[in-house]
Amino acid sequence: MAVRLVFLGRLQDVAGAAELCVEDAPLADVLVTLPAELALALADERVRWALNGALIGEHGGIVLQDGDELAFLPPVSGG
Amino acid sequence: MIDVRLIDAPFNPGHFIDAFTRAQPGPGGICTFVGAVRGMGGVQALELSHYAPLTLPGMERLGESAVARFGLLGVLIAHRTGVMLPGEPIVCVAASAQHRRAAFDAVDYTMDHLKSRSWFWKRERRNGEWTWIEPRAEDYADLTRWD
Repeated sequence: MAVRLVFLGRLQDVAGAAELCVEDAPLADVLVTLPAELALALADERVRWALNGALIGEHGGIVLQDGDELAFLPPVSGG
Repeated sequence: MIDVRLIDAPFNPGHFIDAFTRAQPGPGGICTFVGAVRGMGGVQALELSHYAPLTLPGMERLGESAVARFGLLGVLIAHRTGVMLPGEPIVCVAASAQHRRAAFDAVDYTMDHLKSRSWFWKRERRNGEWTWIEPRAEDYADLTRWD
């Protein structure tokens, strides 16, 4: 157990929280447990993903391990 | 010197600029820019959030790229996170170089990249309601100046 999903920016509002704890499992299995609206927002091609602090390009085949942190980063609007 | 920092409370840009200036081995020029929360337009507050594993490392790489690209003697990047009120500083960038043009350009370059490449998310409060700020086309267009 204990994989952290982290939602940045407006994704926090969609998720209703800045973080969510989920079971360690293949990512595809985790995503189907999320509310449809959130799963759709996370799959937006402009949303970047970072696994344990490193940006990842390919989303397929990820198996979340105990202690992992997966962050979802929408387009930035800073500065 | 490369001085890059994230700050989670109100700060005095002059304090950092002063320390940055004193630490230099006699540059020909230092250019500084301070960005603050606009006081007009009905914005009551601004909140900047970041993602610790990516934001500061990305800013440090930006500082290094500015030094390399413009041949700087030093660069300072100080950026706020958290809730800010109108008039409060958000960001302070300073570049020191032997000649002014490199210092001007380096600050411009660094600000353009902070606006549209750095890991910050911004929302503002108007009439008591928070709204996320979406990236603007102008910010991306500004970046192409440096391609």
